[in-house]
Amino acid sequence: MWDEHVPRKGDSGLMENKITQKRSFPIVGMHCASCAKLIERSISKVPGVVACSVNYASESASVEVGNNVDDKALVNAVESAGYKAIISDNKNNEKSQEELKEEEKKKEFKNLKLKVIVSAVLSTIVFVGSFPEWFGIMMETWMLMLLSIPVQFWAGREFYLATWSGLRNRAASMDTLIAIGTSAAFGYSVLSIFGIFKGMYFDTAAVIITLILLGRLLEAKAKSHTSDAIKKLLGLQAKTAKVLRNGQEIDVPIDEVVEGDLIRVRPGEKVPVDGTITEGQSSIDESMVTGESIPVDKTVGANVIGSTINETGSFVYKATKVGSETMLARIVEMVKEAQSSRAPIQRMADAVSSYFVPIVLMVAIATFVVWFNFGFPLLAFVNLVAVLIIACPCAMGLATPTAIMVGTGRGAEKGILIKDAASLETLHKITTIIFDKTGTLTQGKPIVTDISNSKILPIVGSLEQGSEHSLGGAIMDYIKERNIAVSKVTNFKALIGKGVEGTINKNNYFFGKVDDKSEEMTHHLNDVRKLESEGKTVMVLLNGKRMLGYIAVADTLKEGVRDVIQNLKDKKITPWMVTGDNERTAKAIATLAGIDNVMSDVLPEEKATKVNEFKNVAFVGDGINDAPALASANVGIAMGTGTDVAMESAGVTLLNKDFRSILTSINLSKVTMRVIKQNLFWAFGYNVILIPAAAFGLLNPMLASFAMAASSISVVLNSLRLKKIKI
Amino acid sequence: MKIDNLIVSFIGLGLVVFIHWFFFGKKEKVTQMGDKIEIKVSGGYNPSVIKIKKGQTTTLSLIRTDENTCLEEFVLWDFKIKKYLPLNQKVDIQITPDKKGEFVFSCGMNMFHGKVIVV
Repeated sequence: MWDEHVPRKGDSGLMENKITQKRSFPIVGMHCASCAKLIERSISKVPGVVACSVNYASESASVEVGNNVDDKALVNAVESAGYKAIISDNKNNEKSQEELKEEEKKKEFKNLKLKVIVSAVLSTIVFVGSFPEWFGIMMETWMLMLLSIPVQFWAGREFYLATWSGLRNRAASMDTLIAIGTSAAFGYSVLSIFGIFKGMYFDTAAVIITLILLGRLLEAKAKSHTSDAIKKLLGLQAKTAKVLRNGQEIDVPIDEVVEGDLIRVRPGEKVPVDGTITEGQSSIDESMVTGESIPVDKTVGANVIGSTINETGSFVYKATKVGSETMLARIVEMVKEAQSSRAPIQRMADAVSSYFVPIVLMVAIATFVVWFNFGFPLLAFVNLVAVLIIACPCAMGLATPTAIMVGTGRGAEKGILIKDAASLETLHKITTIIFDKTGTLTQGKPIVTDISNSKILPIVGSLEQGSEHSLGGAIMDYIKERNIAVSKVTNFKALIGKGVEGTINKNNYFFGKVDDKSEEMTHHLNDVRKLESEGKTVMVLLNGKRMLGYIAVADTLKEGVRDVIQNLKDKKITPWMVTGDNERTAKAIATLAGIDNVMSDVLPEEKATKVNEFKNVAFVGDGINDAPALASANVGIAMGTGTDVAMESAGVTLLNKDFRSILTSINLSKVTMRVIKQNLFWAFGYNVILIPAAAFGLLNPMLASFAMAASSISVVLNSLRLKKIKI
Repeated sequence: MKIDNLIVSFIGLGLVVFIHWFFFGKKEKVTQMGDKIEIKVSGGYNPSVIKIKKGQTTTLSLIRTDENTCLEEFVLWDFKIKKYLPLNQKVDIQITPDKKGEFVFSCGMNMFHGKVIVV
């Protein structure tokens, strides 16, 4: 919207060295070209405005202003002329859009409610007055007409408006059907008053309009809940941040926090934006973002996520991501995108709905002609109205999107981010699931699993204290956790790929892997072989030729892996494991996990090719090198917050890092698809059964309007059920 | 067959043919897009068929002047776009199609349609 340029020297004496900006914004409320002139004049009077032109056709103004002119002045100028300018600055565009929508919805809802109440009262009177044989109240026909007029033309005005604007574009909607149907009933009755026809249908027209408006009211209420997840996510954001500037702590609105700001967070406060802790420590409840319920301990250097809640400690951190860059903003964006994507199952409903209304109009005419020719002119007319009213394309249109909205929202609440509707649909159809090993099935970090005897620990600790190898790191973590004292080592030497050696108290030691085991470790040989067959790395401690003991180190399975694998097998989904490790290590982990099929020695770039060999396959991975495989699979599932690349290429991201969420997401897909199928079945079945029923004269038009209103609501309510279903 | 039956049948047939022609016989007017195109949302989309080059970034500037709430949402599924259109307010949507084909857009309930043709 902003277009900045520096005027050339000499453009105007006044403007020299000044920067001007071009702004354009919509204006609401113009009725003619002279309004445009009026607004132009009003804007031109604002100090700082260089040029201004208002276009009536496009209903917008284009203004060239100096930098010091603020939006408010422009808005006021337009307002003083009696119109409304809509200027929103880009930064808050998204937010104000949400708020605007909320506002308009509220107004609309209030309006609709009033219409429903008034027309319900009037329709009831008309209905009672139309059946003196039931209620014993006799009413003049012109009285019935008078009472029906507000219902038909005030409450039902929106049907006419929509029909008219649709017809101008040669398009039809359900409003067209309702407008034609009720107008027919109303018009027929008016002509009956003048004796041209026989029979009164004011009650039919009024009751239909009332019921359909009531249906819309309930539907609007239910529909507003389908986007609860987004509202909840947006509501998580902190409003202000305590930023340290020049040694002072000041409250700054969240929008004004910039990258690099130092922010203090006290116990119980929300972390405002993403960043890295520079001072202090705390445990942080991240459940709102990751779905993980246990608070995470964080200290200097750890990353914190905006909108999470600081529990115990106080800390200072440096903002690294602000505004739309934060994790929460990205999650909201992703959920929104997913809710706006189309599930493949929807295509059929889409195809049908574009032909639906015109075809219903033709069926209605055919119904009339046939009944008329069989000698039932009155029934011909009633059934025509019933056909028009019963047809409900709305339910078909709502069936899939509402379920997708609630389903993806439910996922987000559980820390399962679904990228698009197609992934959600495909997930329940998979027959094979391929797991990357390291970091997905396993912790991705080796830990000590077996020790021959704890006496060797002080010596091993002394030798390994200078080690930089990851296996050594695992051993040092183990030793430090147990507060074992270490001694000084002399003659220390790291033998790359083998181990370390050194002298402690005049004794020479070696700690590491030994290839030739025959000599030194005869009495531990069986143990060592067994551990190695389990895929563990075994390191031995030698004093000269004498073996003092061994320590086994291995990458271990994540919690719950075995259960999940068994569960997948029960669901007839075949699990596979793919890894770059050698066959022995791979097999060992696979056996522990309960996976029977292993692809070992696979280079990272080959993973995608392997995935392509399968049909209906999901791939579960985490790192950047998994991105091609994640993208090649029918559904890619990225574990953990992972990397942006992994999240981009995956259809599903498990933010909560919980392995069990794989099952939850498959279940979510299953229940969502079940709801969609129920919805479509109901929406299609309803039209397929009831339109012929109406054509054959089996439906009263009033009943038809009730059924029609019920159909859309039932579809939305069925989708909302996804919020509560156990997954 | 009596004369009034004949008349009703005749008119009925005429109406069916008319409805068919009116709704399905509509010629699509294809509008070539530049960098920005304004789409009026009132009883449908005008223009409703727009042509755009692959890889070109274009802004669809939508303005809804129709009170009909059916049109309040604009959906372009294949681009994962679903936008609320406040009454009488411009909403800009940027798209950069990366594959050729026809992509349908519609209102939230799928009653009104238009399409983007990417060439």
